[in-house]
Formats: sequence, structure tokens, C-alpha cells
Amino acid sequence: MPRERLKIVVAGHVDHGKSTVVGRLLADTGSLPKGKLEQIRAYCERNSKPFEYAFLLDALKDEQSQGITIDFARIFFKTAARDYLIFDAPGHIEFLKNMVSGASHASAALLVVDAKEGVRENTRRHGYMLSMLGVAQIVVLVNKMDLVGWGEEAFRRIADEYAAFLREVGITPAAFIPVSGLGGENIARRSDSMAWYHGSTVVEALDRFQADRPAANLPFRMPVQEVYKFTKMGDHRRIVAGTIDSGTVRVGDDLVFYPSGKTTHVATFEGFPVSPGDTASAGSAVGFTLAEQVYVRRGEIACKRGESAPSSGTRFRASVFWLGKEPLRKGKDYAVKLGMARTKVRLEEVHRILDASTLKVLAEKSDVDRHEVADCTFMLSAAMAFDTAEQNVLTGRFVIVDGYEISGGGLVREALEDPHSKVREKVIRRNIKWQKGLIPRELREVRYGQKAFLVFITGANDEFRKRAARALEQELYREGRIVYFLGFGSVLYGVDADIRGSVGTHAEDIRRLAEVANIILDSGMILVVTAHEFGEQDWDLIRTAVEPERTAAVWLGGSLTTDLRPDLRISATEPTEAVDEMASFLQDRGVLPPD
Amino acid sequence: MDHLDELEARGIHILREAYSCIPNLAMLWSIGKDSTVLLYLARKAFFGHVPFPLVHIDTTYKIPEMTSYRDRLALEWKLTMIVGRNDEALSQKRTFPDGAVDRLGCCALLKTKALRDTLSGQGVRSRLDLATGKYESDRDHEPYTGVIAGIRADEEGSRSKERYFSPRNQENRWDLGDQPPEFWNQYKTDFAPGTHVRIHPLLDWREVDVWEYIDRERIPTVSLYYDKGDGRRYRSLGCYPCTFPIESSAKTPKDIVAELKTGKFKDIAERSGRAQDKEDRGTLEELRRDGYM
Repeated sequence: MPRERLKIVVAGHVDHGKSTVVGRLLADTGSLPKGKLEQIRAYCERNSKPFEYAFLLDALKDEQSQGITIDFARIFFKTAARDYLIFDAPGHIEFLKNMVSGASHASAALLVVDAKEGVRENTRRHGYMLSMLGVAQIVVLVNKMDLVGWGEEAFRRIADEYAAFLREVGITPAAFIPVSGLGGENIARRSDSMAWYHGSTVVEALDRFQADRPAANLPFRMPVQEVYKFTKMGDHRRIVAGTIDSGTVRVGDDLVFYPSGKTTHVATFEGFPVSPGDTASAGSAVGFTLAEQVYVRRGEIACKRGESAPSSGTRFRASVFWLGKEPLRKGKDYAVKLGMARTKVRLEEVHRILDASTLKVLAEKSDVDRHEVADCTFMLSAAMAFDTAEQNVLTGRFVIVDGYEISGGGLVREALEDPHSKVREKVIRRNIKWQKGLIPRELREVRYGQKAFLVFITGANDEFRKRAARALEQELYREGRIVYFLGFGSVLYGVDADIRGSVGTHAEDIRRLAEVANIILDSGMILVVTAHEFGEQDWDLIRTAVEPERTAAVWLGGSLTTDLRPDLRISATEPTEAVDEMASFLQDRGVLPPD
Repeated sequence: MDHLDELEARGIHILREAYSCIPNLAMLWSIGKDSTVLLYLARKAFFGHVPFPLVHIDTTYKIPEMTSYRDRLALEWKLTMIVGRNDEALSQKRTFPDGAVDRLGCCALLKTKALRDTLSGQGVRSRLDLATGKYESDRDHEPYTGVIAGIRADEEGSRSKERYFSPRNQENRWDLGDQPPEFWNQYKTDFAPGTHVRIHPLLDWREVDVWEYIDRERIPTVSLYYDKGDGRRYRSLGCYPCTFPIESSAKTPKDIVAELKTGKFKDIAERSGRAQDKEDRGTLEELRRDGYM
């Protein structure tokens, strides 16, 4: 039987003795390779240095710059009860990103405080970071008790002070243990020098930590990592692959993919070398085929119909910690990675910046500097599905990439409305309720020799725009394509007749146009729509209701008079030239077959 | 889920992440047990397929059985098999067996330099023709921008400090003092042109985990790892002038697991049969900064 393995991080202020404690744990539990201890003792003797247990760790890590730990290292050790993987994290503020990297993988933490120096800046900061990273199981070691004469009072003072701080960040430690790493007191063996202490040793406290259980009881969430189709060797399976964050899924379960709202059910689980069973749950890296050919892509979250749905949107409020060399600031483009989704993001508002070691609010600051934590609102450039960290931390946390570097991390606190929230809600509901025929769009597309697509032509010169749009329809029809021309006006006076003449219906007019377009696209057709001077906001609304991959905005003629960022700009003045340009664009996008 | 299931799931997740985010990917296959487990994980991750080339650095001093095992599996599993070599050093006989350089110098030339040049496309790349079973010069000289390797944190000091996604700069160097943050299941997948990334799906595995997994999944491994009657076997595979068999009567993966857990090797480091590790403390880290696996 494989033994259970727990991952723990050892954190605390620089020089408070983390490496000595870890060295002791290794030595006193018999976890060292044969001869290691003797080798280090001999090395110290040769170099006339007093032997230190921290050297053991340095030796295991080949640490050249002895003294301070600069990066976290993975160290394995074992007790009678189970195996451990320790992340020995650096205590120097400069290396906070390394501490965070180690701590983020841990289920529990040992926080080390020097009995003589007491609670210091990084003792507190590390406590705060552990709370943000969701490491809830914590034991505090008050180390170097030999330096304070093994006194209970000194221990109590530090324990009380630190407990008060940790309470403020939502942590209740499982234990405070007075130890001496140097003498191995209360590490693996009970101390004789502190008769007043009746609690557990470090090893006993470690063995009481609970291993993380995969979140099988939460609603099903599987961020789609990729959809594979390996046609090599005659394999025609289309497999949706990912790692299940939470919940359980079975063959036949109705799935909803967010943020699109696409629905279908699980047909089969796929596996290698043998097919797995017909159920899978949290923690597993799986792959399944779908009953119908719905278009899903990397980043969407697979959920189960009937369970609570995640939020889908482009705005949220979050707590973030910043590790970047450059500050986090407004007006700059970043990338956000949440689950498997990734999109451009901007900082919309900073509500509050905190010094994580003092919990003081840093007033009058608008940029979040390195090592600070903040409460902010973010605005994404495309909709994403997410939970709040409170509902499900696995789908409620994200990282921010600045340039090429991961520069910060955060937890979603609240989903916020964005300009298209209402429309998106309607679209998701429409997709969930969609009544499918027996002929999927993909089959129609194969028969028609085309891809269902919306060509949206806008511009300032109405006459030219309409002529070119009609000419495009005619040209595609001649080529044998199934195509339809629709003017915005045709919708305004028909579909919109009930709201025609009212004030402030522009967005609703566009939503209805987009719904009509969506139906036509589902029928496998190419749709050519034209409308006067569309801006980015209008276009975003269309793309909220119609799959963005099946759309292109074309700006026809002269200079741009709105803030639209079109996929294609045409400055030709003759409709035939414009049609040629659009046709070759559509060919490049795979809408039309190659010549 | 037991801890092998967890290690497997994370390994698969990392492999899929690499495949989705890194454009020109390759996997190093040393023929040893670790990279063979990695190859098996890839077939699991991609449902029987291996959607990137496998790169083997041939020092020409590998134990012959390793090469025949490599080609047999490559043909059977229809792998894209690329072999790289430092032909220049070999033809000039600048090797340890030729007496021209010391062990580490030999590693630097036949492994590190050969690897660097194979990855960048400047060196020789031979590709196994699956129809004929012969190696032909590969037409593809594009640099690989992502390299999956089977290193483990418990092997030695510098590997214990690695990341799952570990960047290498334009000169192939590893900047140990300034590694990128890596938290939750988000990895560094954005890279400046000219740099590349090493991907380490087995980082959290220990030697005993590898053997338990080989036993559980019945993964075919090269027979050098097992005692065939003379009471000796290899615990770690490398070039024959620098790798020595150990005294052991383990004949199956199960025997090896028992030996590692409670038997004679329970507290003896795996690479104790590798002579180059012993030349100087810290030199392996130096080799690794320069691009050694």
C-alpha cells in the first residue's frame, strides 16, 4: 500500500531558524541518506566551523551561498505515520515570490519565530500570505528557546502576540510549540528543559495535520484544458480533456459549458491503455467525448446542469498580492489566467492597499507595489467563467501576467455587473434551453462546403456599404454558397416593432439583431449584415450573443469614425474590389473553401 | 486517490499544459526508468498518442541494450524519434574513455553540448524512419522552445530547487537566483523570443514512487535494472564507463520497491553509482546551470 503523503511549507522571518528545524526533522526522524550527517560533521571539523543542522539542508540542496535560503527546495522526509514533502521557503523579503510558490502547493505550514527576536515583519507577512493562499492548518514553532533560558513567559508573550495577529487574518493555529532546533528539543523528542510544556512535539503536531481531500462534494467544475482530435492512426475521437477541480461526473450527465452556455452530455470516458470506468471525480486528469458536436474550447468550465452555475462575466472584485518588479497600475494591459482561461485584463479600480506585515492601510496610493496586497476591481476583455473564492477556491483564484512574467495572484471576492451582463444571462439561458434538431450544424456545414459565419459590414458611407454588402451576397451565391443578406433596418421595423419609437432601445435593438443572426448561423448559413457606424460597445454586444469565432467586423471606406477595432478594413471605392477583399479574407478564415 | 494517483494526475496536467501553451515541444528520453515513465504518462495524457518528438542524446557510450530497447519501443509505439550527438567531440576523441578529458568534462561535451545543439537545431538531428527502421538526417532544424524532462527533486540538490516550468535564457543558462513564481496550477508559459523552457512533470516523484508506478501500471523498462542471475543490476543508467551496477538480487519492480522501502537501499542515494557526481561538490549544479538535464 502506498503511504499517504502530506505537503508542508516551513515559513517565517529570515534567520529565525527554519533550516535548522528542517535539518533536525530530517536527522531525528532518520530521513537522511546514509553517511550524510557524518559527512557534514567532518566538513565542519575540517573548516573549523561549529556543526549546524542547517548545513545539512544546505548540503542536500547544494546551496553554494550558505547562510540564507534563496529559493524553496523540495525536501522529502518521513515519520512513522506517513511521508512528507517539505517546501523549505526563504524568509528574506526579497524572495517572497519563492515563499509563495512553495506555500501554494502545501496543505499545512510550520511558522517559525525566534524566541529572542520575537514576531518580526516577515513572520506576520508569511502568516498573511498563508491565509490568502488558503493554507489553514498551521503550527507555530517558537524556536531558539535555549536563548531565553527555556522560559515559559517569553514563549507565552510571543504566542499571544502572534495569535492576535493571525486571528485578524483569519488563522487559528492548531498549536504553539516551544522548540530548540539546535538541541532538537520538542522536535522529534520531548524536551527535558521545558517541564512546563505539556503539548505535542513538532512531529506529533505534523502527524495530526489532515491531508487535503479533493473537493468531491462541491459542484462539478472542470476547466477545459484542450479538445483533442488526433487523427493519426485512424483515431476519430474528439476528446474534451482537463483536470477535475471539484465534484463528480458520470457518463450521461448533462453538462453546461460556461461562459458560452453550450449544453450536451457525456458520451464516454476515454483513457489509455484501458478505458476508465463511467465516473470520475475531483483531482483526476480525465478526457471524455460528448454526445453532440458542440464547439467548446480551452478555458471554458464544464459544469453540470442542475448544480449551481459559476458566474460568467468580464468584471470582478478581488484580493490580490503583487510580486512583480513593476507596480500593478491602471491603464496598463495585463493577462489574467484563471483555471485554463486566459484573457487581457485591466485594473479598473484600487479600493484599498495593505501592508501585509502591519495590516495598515496605505492611504493615497493608486499603484500596488511589490509585496503589497490590495482589494481591486478588474475588467477583462472577454467573458470568463469563475466562482468566488468563498464558493469554490479552485475556480475562484487567478494569476496576473505582466509581459512574460507571472506577477501577482488573487482571489475573486465578488462578481460585478458589466455592460453586457444582462444580455449574457439571456444568452446562457437561451443556450441551455435551446431545442436541438437532429441535424447538427456541423453536418450542414459539410454539405454546404462552408462555415456558418457572420460578416458584419459597417462604415460611414451608407450607400457604398449597402451596395458592397449586397454584392458580396450575390457573389457568394454565384459561387454556390448558402448565404443571406440582412439589413439592420429589416430587423428594426419587424422584430423590433414593439419597441420601435421608444427612447433608449439601441442596445435592445442590437441584442435582437444578434439573436436573429444566431438563429441563421445555427442553420449553417453565411450571413451578411450591414449597419451604420457601429462602435466597439455595439460590436461587443453582438459577440456576446453570437460565437465570436464565427464573426468578423468589416469597416468599409474612408477613415474610422467610431472606436471600433474591425477585423478587416477596406479602403477600396469600388464594390467589386471590396467584394474581392472580403472573399479572400473569408477564405483565409476557413469560411469559404480554398480555390 | 492515493499519492500515486495524485502524482499521475499532476504529471498529466503539466504535460497537457505544455502541449497547449508551448509551440515547439520535444520530450527527452534517456531510456532510463524516469523518462520512460514520462513517456508512458504522455501516452496516457494524449490517449495513446505522443504528439511531439522524443529526443535522445546518444553519447555512443550508452550500454548497447539501451539503444536496442529505444528503437524497439519507438517502432512499436510509432514515436517520432530524434537522436542527437556531438559528432565533433567524438571524432576528435575528446572524451573521458579516450583519456582526453575528465568525467565532468566528458559530460559537458557529449551530453550538455550535444543536448544544447540538438535543441537549438544547430547540431545533428537523426530521425528514425518508422517504415525502414533506419535513422535519417532530420530535415527539421527549428529550435525546440519547450523541452520535457524527467528529472526529480529527490535526485540531488540543484534539482530540488527546480520549477515545473523552468525557463532557460538565450544562452541556455538557468538563473537559479531569480526563478519565476509558480503557484496553484498556473505555470510560466510566456517567453521572450530566443529563450526556452524545461518542463518537469515528475518533480515531486521519489525513486520509490517511480518503481511503485512502474509496477502498478506494468510499464516496460529496460532489463538492465533487474538482476538476471549474477546478483547485480543497475540502479541508475548512464554511460558504461561511468555507471556501475550494484549488488542486488531484485528481479522485478516489486523486488526493487521492497529493496528501497525496507531493504538495503532504503537510505542510500540513487546516484551513488554515478561516478561524475562525486568529482566535486556543487559541480552538478554548475553543469545544470549550463543546460545539463
